[in-house]
Parts: sequence; structure tokens; C-alpha cells
Amino acid sequence: MNRFATTPLVQAKLRQEALASYAALGMLVCILLPLFGMVGDLVWQAAPSLTWQFLTTAPTHGMREGGVRPAFIGTLYLVTISLAVATPIGVLAAVYLTEYAQDTWFNRAVNIAVLNLAGVPSIVHALFGLGAFVYAAQLGYSILSASLTLAIMTMPVIIASTREALLSVPRSYREACWNLGASRWQTIRAIVLPNALSGILTGVILQVSRAAGETAPIMFTGAVFYKAIQPGTLLPYALDEQCMALSMHLYTLSTQTPGVAASIPNATAVLLLGLVFLVNSAAIGLRTFLRSRGK
Amino acid sequence: MNAIETCQLSLWYGTFQALKGITLEVEQGGITALIGPSGCGKTTLLRCCNRINERIPSVRTTGEIQILGKNIYDADVSLLELRKLAGMVFQRPNPLPMSIYENIVFGMRLHAPPEERTRAVLDQAVEKALTGTGLWDDLKDKLHTPAISLQLEQQQKLCIARLLPLQPEIILMDEPCAALDIAGTESIEQLIRSWKGVYTTLIVTHNMAQARRVSSHSAFMLSGELVENGLTEPLFTQPKDPRTAEYVSGHLA
Ligand SMILES: Nc1ncnc2c1ncn2[C@@H]1O[C@H](COP(=O)(O)OP(=O)(O)O)[C@@H](O)[C@H]1O
Ligand SMILES: [Mg+2]
Repeated sequence: MNRFATTPLVQAKLRQEALASYAALGMLVCILLPLFGMVGDLVWQAAPSLTWQFLTTAPTHGMREGGVRPAFIGTLYLVTISLAVATPIGVLAAVYLTEYAQDTWFNRAVNIAVLNLAGVPSIVHALFGLGAFVYAAQLGYSILSASLTLAIMTMPVIIASTREALLSVPRSYREACWNLGASRWQTIRAIVLPNALSGILTGVILQVSRAAGETAPIMFTGAVFYKAIQPGTLLPYALDEQCMALSMHLYTLSTQTPGVAASIPNATAVLLLGLVFLVNSAAIGLRTFLRSRGK
Repeated sequence: MNAIETCQLSLWYGTFQALKGITLEVEQGGITALIGPSGCGKTTLLRCCNRINERIPSVRTTGEIQILGKNIYDADVSLLELRKLAGMVFQRPNPLPMSIYENIVFGMRLHAPPEERTRAVLDQAVEKALTGTGLWDDLKDKLHTPAISLQLEQQQKLCIARLLPLQPEIILMDEPCAALDIAGTESIEQLIRSWKGVYTTLIVTHNMAQARRVSSHSAFMLSGELVENGLTEPLFTQPKDPRTAEYVSGHLA
């Protein structure tokens, strides 16, 4: 007698199994189709404008022709400066919260506040930036104001993700260090930060796309529809000037400029996507490298 | 002369009292075993000796611990120097996520000024520490491989070896053989016995036979209290306290 024969109960389980796996696969397709469809359509529509000149020339004829160089460089400025400000402050704040702060009600409240701040809509950050940097700090409508606003917007997320990364470093590593007479800072420098680095990096990189993509915070504080910059220079903007930016440019092209060929806003969007894709890939590469070196 | 003397040492985790007025003397250069059932406070007592417990926020301590004649709760005691002098070995080997070589010189990098940390000095310290723990012959050709890749026994010996360049006086061991097999246990015990007169060793163990094999003195703890302590053999063969007798006979039977 076969004691391992398929009983009706087993058949029912197999049916459930099949159903569950097909349902999950179906959902995946439901997500991927629109995603690939959207990106594919974007690139297809953008194709006529996707040339090297698009990246290296300024818009002409009231944005209806030419490229996006000032906006592209403006976005590079904003992303670089905002993250250069937000990363060290955010990482050190997270280090304080996880490694130094005692478990008091005040510090618990700060942790919760940080998580909540991470969810504040960008338009609120925009208003805050306008009041704080443009007016109160008298930085005016400038790259500096816009970058600082983006920094304020990204910082809570950087703090939260850095905290996660720090907490995932095993306590036994810390104890091993303390027991050799390492101070807290020596422990953080030598063991905690290096082992949390790839996690911290991931958190920061995710904020690149947010800083590059948000429109409201920079529109309120330092981005303009159009600004002529010197051709050929590498750093054409001064920090107290206003600048163009890709996200803002996309908004302008799509809503404020009649009669633009569809390929131009699409190509701008492709450029924005490409930029984010490039940074993310670089980050993944760097992370893989860091992990392999740690082993 | 005693290396460690605790006097009416009590410790609370929040409201839970884990140590109740412990008064214990640990002979300098000797090997003292700390025995008792799980949860009786052995680890806690051990971790008081270099004040590493205070990294847990809710901990409160009263009483005194004299180490080498100095009360370590005095305001003028540097915790970093104390921990350098009283190193700890854990139940699970915890090598740092770096190479074997870097694990051993890690302590020197923390404490020695840069001009004293020349390549030659570090190399020599590594050789000495690994020789002292019987690892040199096996590991001398792969000093720059990650420490995590070693077998558990070698990892545990490495964790011992990395204490040595700091020239500790006291070595605190928390069930150092709990994760090892018989051969590993034997070779660590041999190492501990060789420390007699060199380092003061305080070793927590679950294994009564081990306590008898390695230690000259033993202390028996029960629910946070020190029940009995003294020379190892009399403590096992003619215990004065009935609770000790019960525990020891239960474990030897
Ligand atoms: N971090 C802590 N917080 C609260 N209670 C603890 C902590 N560590 C240990 N304890 C408690 O203190 C008692 C003694 O623990 P421990 O010293 O680890 O015992 P042993 O090492 O003898 O098994 C146990 O009851 C344990 O639950
Ligand atoms: Mg224990």
C-alpha cells in the first residue's frame, strides 16, 4: 500500500499553492506593466530630442527649442549642496540618538518627532524654507535658500535610515570594543560607522531622487523659470543666485509654455530619470564593493 | 594580596536586584571560578569588575569594588584604563569584523600613541599574542584574512589574544568554553592554567568539572547572593553550606 499517495486534502493544498503563486505573479505583472509602459512611452516620445545638444545647450525661442543645460546644472547644484549639508548633520544626529542619548522621555519624543518630520509634505517644507531662509536669514531667493530647504526636507529621512543602519550593528561588536578600553567615539569611528556605512549610504542615495524631483520647495525659495548662464563654464551659478532646475523646468514646459513639442518635456523627464538611475546604480555598486571588502 | 575585593556589592536592573551584598576576595595571580545556576548573577558580577554594566541604562550599583587596591567607583578612576587592565572574554567568541592582525592590534591602536605604533612594534605584538595563545603556527600565514572565517575555537583564542598586547592584570572570562567542543575546551583550560601567577583569572563556568580542573578558589552564587567561597577542593568535597552541597552533588552525580 502506498502510504504517500495524494489524498484529497493534499490536492486542495496544491490548488491553494498554485492559486497563491499565480495571484502573486499577477500582481507583479500589474505593477511592472504600467512601470515599463510609462518609461517606454516616455523614452519613445522623447526620442527626437534625446541628443547630446539637449544636454549641452540652453533653451531657446521661449523654451520651445534648444536644450536644458542650465536646468541640468542647477539640479546638480541643488542636490549636491543639499545632501552635503544634510548628510553630516543627519548622520551625526542619528549617532547621538542611538549611541549617546539616554533612554529618557525627551529622547523618545525626539525619535518620534524625527519619524513624523520624515512624513511632512514637501509644500510645508517649502513654506518653512521661504520663511526661514529667504526672509529670516535674509539669503533671498537663491541656490543657497533652495538647497537648505531641500536639506531640511531630506534630513529627517537620513536620520531615520542612519538610525536603522546603526542599530543593525551587533551589540557584541560594541561590547568587544568597550572591553578593550575604547571610548564611545573610538568605538563609533572604528566599528559602528564602518559597519553601518552601506546602510547609511542607501538612505542618503534614496534622498538624491527626492531632492532632484521635488518642485515645490525650490520653486518657493530659489528656482526660476528661465535664467541665462555662461556657456562652457563648469560652475556657472553663484550660490546667491537663483537657478533653473530639471523638476521646475518640466513643470514650466508642461503647464506654462504653450506650443512646446512633446519631445522636449519628455526628454527632460528622461534626463531626470537617467540622473537618478545613474546615482542609484553607482550607490549599489559602491555598496557591493563595501560589503565585499568587509567580509 | 587580592586583585579584586568586592564589599557589600549590590546591583539593580531597574527594580530587580541581581546582586545582593556580595563580599568576595579574588587572589592575585590565582584562578578563581564563579559557579552557580543560570540567572544567579555570575555574569553580572563579572561585568561589574570593569564597570561595563553601566552601559546598560537602568543599572544602579551600591557598595565597593577594590581592584589592585583602588576602589573603581572613585571619581578619579578612568574607565578606559580600567577596562584595559581588566579584559573580558565572552561566552560567544566576538572577534571584530576585520582581519586577524587588525583584531590583535586593535587595542594598541586605541591606547598607544601613534609614534609607538610602528609596523615592527605591531608585528611583534601580534606574534607574541598569537604565540601566547598557541595560534601562531596555524595562523602566521593568514594574518590578513578575516577573523570571522576562523573556527570557533580559534576565534575564542583570538579574542583572548587580543587582550594580551594591552598587558592586562586581570582576565574576566564568562563561560569561555560554552560554545566549544571537548578539544577546544581542553586547550582553553590548558591556557588558563598556564596563566597562574601571571594574570588574575576570574572565570564563570557552568561546568563543575571544569571549575575543579582549572581553579584554585571557587565561589558559589545563588539568586544574587554569594553563598560560599574558598579553596576549590574543600568547597566541592566538604561544602559548609547545605545549599552548596545540594548544588555541587546534584551536578557531580
Ligand atoms: N540587562 C538586563 N536587564 C534586566 N535584567 C537582567 C539584565 N541582565 C541580566 N538580568 C537579570 O539578572 C539576573 C542575573 O543575570 P546574569 O548575571 O546574566 O546570570 P548568570 O550569568 O548567572 O546566568 C537574571 O535574573 C537576569 O534575568
Ligand atoms: Mg551568564
